[in-house]
Amino acid sequence: MIDDRELEILINEIFEYHGFDFGGYSRASLKRRVDRLYNLDRFTNFSQFLMKIREQPDYFKRMIEEITVNVTEMFRDPQFYKVLRTEIIPVLATKPFIRIWHAGCSTGEEVYSMAIMLKEANVLHKSLLYATDINPLVLDTAKEGVFPLRMMQQYSENYIASGGKEDFSKYYTANYGLAKLGGELSEKMVYSLHNLVSDGSFNEFDLILCRNVMIYFDKDLQERALNLFDDSLAKLGYLALGTKETLKFSQLKSRYQQINPNKLWKKIK
Amino acid sequence: MEEDKVTNPVKLVIIGGSAGSLEVVLKVLALITDKPSFALVIVMHRKSGEDSLLEELLAIKTKIKVQAVEDKTEMKPATIYIAPSDYHLLFEKNSTLSLDTSEKVNYSRPSIDVSFESAADVYGSDLVGILLSGANSDGTEGLAAIKAAGGTTIVQDPETAETPYMPKYAIQHLQPDYILDAKGIAAFLNLIDKNSPDKAA
Repeated sequence: MIDDRELEILINEIFEYHGFDFGGYSRASLKRRVDRLYNLDRFTNFSQFLMKIREQPDYFKRMIEEITVNVTEMFRDPQFYKVLRTEIIPVLATKPFIRIWHAGCSTGEEVYSMAIMLKEANVLHKSLLYATDINPLVLDTAKEGVFPLRMMQQYSENYIASGGKEDFSKYYTANYGLAKLGGELSEKMVYSLHNLVSDGSFNEFDLILCRNVMIYFDKDLQERALNLFDDSLAKLGYLALGTKETLKFSQLKSRYQQINPNKLWKKIK
Repeated sequence: MEEDKVTNPVKLVIIGGSAGSLEVVLKVLALITDKPSFALVIVMHRKSGEDSLLEELLAIKTKIKVQAVEDKTEMKPATIYIAPSDYHLLFEKNSTLSLDTSEKVNYSRPSIDVSFESAADVYGSDLVGILLSGANSDGTEGLAAIKAAGGTTIVQDPETAETPYMPKYAIQHLQPDYILDAKGIAAFLNLIDKNSPDKAA
């Protein structure tokens, strides 16, 4: 198990050698992820671990993939999607053009869920879904739209619980244990690398979703990310956070109106 | 009971439980002081989406303040925090709680091991870990981490557990400081409270 001092050394080295800044990450979670990798790859010596990260780009890539959390689901928290479907999308639908940003999109399950709802509301053709992540590997998966077939049962249940009325299986083709989504659904998706720690705003959006991403940040970095979203959100645009995330602790709080009881805020100022 | 075991001021008591543990938690809470000198964190396996239900139930059954956990909630003494379903609960050095959606551990999220290990890392000997009834092996490694960090470990007496697998598994793999029933656990917690620097003398 690595200790606190070693974790700080690692954070410094990663920044110095690779330019990734994990300094604002929640230590409890980061330490656990690094420990997990350290044990998984059977290191017994911290200096060897450090040297490998420093000198082997492939291993550094593996580290980024392993320490970032990429657990996601289609229609995770169906009630949240229900509110999107019944309250938010109808408002967005009145616009000539809908721009959505999925910040920290991981393998894309949320992006495909959104595309399905937009399609069912007949507005997918005038929407653009920007999806970004820090991890290039998950973006490749997201672009392909290929997910384990065994997950589809759960996703189908989530979809129905979120108010979906169609036969969910029409959205994918099954092949050798894999479900391929895509076709029309992915036509309006743009995937790109983006680091919430160091990159800036790149467009103006009507809806930004960043769910269960900022839980890995400390409060200062959360505030930075929230300011970035604020800069990227059109007036009267919506910000969606994870079910246990909040704007309550942020300076920005007074400029947003929460759409209760769900984790959606409307920018009012 | 060895009263001298708890020499450090206990800042955090963390309780882990699964099947059959809710009743024990309620029994313990009913028997302990209203304003304990420590914070109390409960990590309980359950179906997702039942957070407010459990919080409300506990709030009815105890006079201690029950606080819903959101990411980066700051912990205070004399307050009960319940790990939300479908997240792992972790402890930061600045007394805030972090949430984590990474892979299930022991088929569980929240996992008792994950929270116990994280608490042990931050609170060391200022921590008491209690493992209750359940049908899974979650919690044993976490208790071992608490013990190794100098904290106090308590396992519910399997004889009194509705589902004894979890406490039994723990006792088979490590020697907890105490094996107690609900009443004994409550008595122990009241004792720590009495011995806390704020209240003693």
